Amino acid sequence: MTQERREIVIPSQLLGDIKENKAGRGTFVENGIIYSEILGILQKGSEYINVIPIKGRYDPLVKDLVIGIVEEPMSSSWLVDINAAYPALLHVNEVPWDVDFGETEKYLNYGDSIMARVLQVDQEKKLQVTLKDRNLYKLKGGYILNVEPQKVPRIIGRKGSMISLLKKYTKCRIFVGQNGRIWIDGDEDGVNKVINTIKRIENESLSFGLTNKIEELLKKDAKDVH
Amino acid sequence: MNSEIKLFEDGKRLDGRKPDELRNIKIEAGVLHRAEGSCYLEWGGNKIIAAVYGPREAIPRHTQNPLRAIVNAKYNMAAFSVEDRKRPGPDRRSREISKVISEALENVILLERYPRASIDVNIEVLDAEAGTRCAGLTAAAVALVDAGIPMKDIPVSCAAGKIEGQVVLDLGKNEDNFGSADLPIAISPRTGEILLLQMDGHLTFEEFEKAMELALKGCQIISDLQKKAIMEKYQSKTEGN
Repeated sequence: MTQERREIVIPSQLLGDIKENKAGRGTFVENGIIYSEILGILQKGSEYINVIPIKGRYDPLVKDLVIGIVEEPMSSSWLVDINAAYPALLHVNEVPWDVDFGETEKYLNYGDSIMARVLQVDQEKKLQVTLKDRNLYKLKGGYILNVEPQKVPRIIGRKGSMISLLKKYTKCRIFVGQNGRIWIDGDEDGVNKVINTIKRIENESLSFGLTNKIEELLKKDAKDVH
Repeated sequence: MNSEIKLFEDGKRLDGRKPDELRNIKIEAGVLHRAEGSCYLEWGGNKIIAAVYGPREAIPRHTQNPLRAIVNAKYNMAAFSVEDRKRPGPDRRSREISKVISEALENVILLERYPRASIDVNIEVLDAEAGTRCAGLTAAAVALVDAGIPMKDIPVSCAAGKIEGQVVLDLGKNEDNFGSADLPIAISPRTGEILLLQMDGHLTFEEFEKAMELALKGCQIISDLQKKAIMEKYQSKTEGN
């Protein structure tokens, strides 16, 4: 990032002129002037002005990998909470098992967690998820941590640098859903360490050089143990 | 009206303010952990907490609008917020205020982003000292920004009124009780659009225009305070390298 420090913008803040820049994500145009529409971080590229949100609900996109919790089994589908504004539908045709009509509870019941992929988001924001893909399954064991959905990219890090760091030092299995739910499995110490580190990342998500800082922290921890 | 209390003395008001002076305002964003966005506001003797939940699916289902979100503001006064105990629960006054605040907020939120959803705004008045609807709306606006909800502007509200024949800004408790008119307004400060305008009592045309002018000026001052409060909360996180 070329900017010296991240600039916070708030709704209705003036960002630029339509003649010089293009209005990107998180902005709106009125009378040829670009304004911010959300609380976020300003990102001025050569062409577009974007505002990256720092808070807010998870906005589902098709093909996102998410962790869902079953809310209600129905006769030929399930309602799954994926942390979005609306519950998502999981139809029996979208699961890898052969489910008879009315026997959905046998496969997924209240409170079960699943690793799913967003299949469809329509104009009315009706959501559908699927379990029919590689690496998608019902989660057994482990621990689910909730974080701010807008901070997920920071927890994953550039090209997964942060998350592979965490995996390396804690020997836990970690899966980060785009919707701000993180599934962790491993021994107790490892899980605790992951949770503490992720909370720290969440708190300091706006600062620079975070990956290095976290690596030092984890290294120090590892030394203390031995 | 013949009031026993003298509301003016040497050109100064009961609490020592000039006619065009606001009470002290303190705004703090993001004070609650469970809410998506929140705000604590002190405005003279008013103490208000606003919390925003959602966007989430609107319940009951028949209230859903397939094209846009609905805004549910709920204004509530605590039983201990006034001198005599207030009977808890919604009454005629709080329902009216909830309605006008919801409608004011609907005009600035980009509702079409969240079809079928509802955005719930809870405004709790912990301590009341005149002008709670203005304070509530101002706090709700900050809480909405804190919740990351897309908006065209941050609404702001302020009141003006008439006491002993003189138009003044931001009525205090005694001024509200013994004064002759009260004019709360809410605006969208970027465009100057009016989102809320109510009037209690009588004003002549000239007085009305003067009161509007005063209130608009007050709104601009408060708007700056709102923006500062949000900035303060998030700017600190970008520092520390």
